[in-house]
Amino acid sequence: MPGDTPATSSPSQAGLADVQSEPGSAKPDPILVVDNVTRSFGGLVAVDVDHVEIQRGIITALIGPNGAGKTTFFNLLTGFDRPDQGQWSFNGDDISGRPAYHLARRGMVRTFQLTKALARLTVLENMRLGAGDQRGERLWGAMLKFLWRGQEDEITGRAHALLERFRLDEKDEDFAGSLSGGQRKLLEMARALMAEPELVMLDEPMAGVNPALKQSLLGHVKSLRDDGMTVLFVEHDMDMVRDISDWVIVMAQGRIIAEGPPQAVMGDQRVIDAYLGAHHDADLTPEEEEQILARAQQELAAEQEETP
Amino acid sequence: MSWLDVWTQSFEQMVGPSAVFYCLAAIGLNVHFGYTGLLNFGQSAFMMVAAYALGSIVATWDQSFWLGILVGFGAVALLAVLLGLPTLRLRADYLAIVTIAAAEAIRQILGSVSLVEYFNGQDGLFGFQETFENLNPYNDTIGFTIGDFGVHWSGYDFWVMTVGWILILVSCLIVFLLMRSPWGRVVKGVREDEDAVRSLGKNVYAYKMQSLMIGGMFGGLAGYMTALAHNPAPSDFATDTTFFAWTILLLGGAARVFGPVAGALVFWFFISWLDLFFDKATAENLIPDSIMDSNQASLMRLIVLGLVLMLLMIFRPQGIFGDRRELAIDAR
Repeated sequence: MPGDTPATSSPSQAGLADVQSEPGSAKPDPILVVDNVTRSFGGLVAVDVDHVEIQRGIITALIGPNGAGKTTFFNLLTGFDRPDQGQWSFNGDDISGRPAYHLARRGMVRTFQLTKALARLTVLENMRLGAGDQRGERLWGAMLKFLWRGQEDEITGRAHALLERFRLDEKDEDFAGSLSGGQRKLLEMARALMAEPELVMLDEPMAGVNPALKQSLLGHVKSLRDDGMTVLFVEHDMDMVRDISDWVIVMAQGRIIAEGPPQAVMGDQRVIDAYLGAHHDADLTPEEEEQILARAQQELAAEQEETP
Repeated sequence: MSWLDVWTQSFEQMVGPSAVFYCLAAIGLNVHFGYTGLLNFGQSAFMMVAAYALGSIVATWDQSFWLGILVGFGAVALLAVLLGLPTLRLRADYLAIVTIAAAEAIRQILGSVSLVEYFNGQDGLFGFQETFENLNPYNDTIGFTIGDFGVHWSGYDFWVMTVGWILILVSCLIVFLLMRSPWGRVVKGVREDEDAVRSLGKNVYAYKMQSLMIGGMFGGLAGYMTALAHNPAPSDFATDTTFFAWTILLLGGAARVFGPVAGALVFWFFISWLDLFFDKATAENLIPDSIMDSNQASLMRLIVLGLVLMLLMIFRPQGIFGDRRELAIDAR
């Protein structure tokens, strides 16, 4: 439920108690370790991360103001973009510069900020597509149904179970394009689970989702952790970050500027300065508004005097 | 020519050799565009490469007919790799640009004066169909008559049609089997959004290459049938060949197994009927010379065809077999 403190039952979560709330701090059991990854677009350095580790079995949030490089960082890690330099490893294996499909097969599956439901496939076909290592996906065996029928039945069973869990089971024969925005988010998450990932990477799962559905999405994300998966997500919605994350990493201007448990990070002065602004938790008082207005008027007047 | 002939000759064309090649070419485009979302504007190149491989292996190098068929498929696969390697990693538009340019380049090269000793320049290749002709079981004209309505094809044309329509049915079966399989599902996923498919662990590049090759092979079959029906020359493989095949695909309905078949039947009936109708109407002075003479009448079919295509795109964009509901879904 929202507002609950994260359960500290699992060893991976308890292990975080000793971890320092400093950028690049070492974790007891990291699933993903990133070193010196940079990516620049022309003169703009979009990502410049020295060192970061993602703890296994917990929910880690990656936050930061617009343009902080969160999605670019995500794209680099998942092979959808290539860095200028850097190494990163998954479960101890170096996976730097590997193509996206290769990383997905290893158990690192992502979703997208703009939902990518495959519109002219049915919901069930979307789900089946998620399953890995299918015999019928190889060209030579594809035409011979008896080669892949058994596996297809098993996959379909798994798909139905997941659709039921995500409350999409009545839509299984509908085209994915006919789903609402929120349902597409659910479908994308369910489809990612078909690949049986170890690390689920969600890029803004709450973007464009209505409040009611938000609660159920939060529940689903937590259930991923309960099933033993690691979750890393990019999010703007601070409620969600407070609510479900065990650990928060903050990016600004391409760099990691802070990390730690949600409460600690939200109180960190560097984060407040970079991301939330001085007035993030208080409305402006009438006096303050007047002050700001007066200052603005002064500046305007000064500007008018300067221009002849 | 009587008014009845306008109908019988249109019917002959509807299932005739031309309908066969264009249908096969459109089946290939259906794999490319309808299922995988690849914009291939150079289907005529796949046809030409296969036709010329067969023709030159037999006529120029005196090798066996069957070796020619084999080399033709090899050449088609090679062409698919050459076109796909640089472009399939890029956005869809690049394949369109490269294929249309490559098709013209190949046509110019195979028809060029410097290679005249191998490919016989603009006159094209001939005298290599003997093996196929010897297999022809029909000696006389073949046809049937119902009342006054009689249609006839020469024995050889009917042989081309027999083999051609068998190939079309087999091709449709292959497309059906492929597209109901998980392989087909991946390919359709690529059509919808390749990044999503990539994020699920599929090697999108390899699937696109396979699709380009398979669609090209159907184009190759179209090329063989063209080569066997008449002597292939560079002018048979100009860009309008590709665009006729596209018209057939869109008319029948993309991403439907029998879309190209329906499209080819309707297209060839319609275009022949228009040609014959305006020819007859001007000859009989039904349309007076002050409006149109017989030379102008021969262009009318393309004008009306263009108009019909526009109306089709506006009022029935899914084609004859397509599902409007499916097309109406906004992909992004």
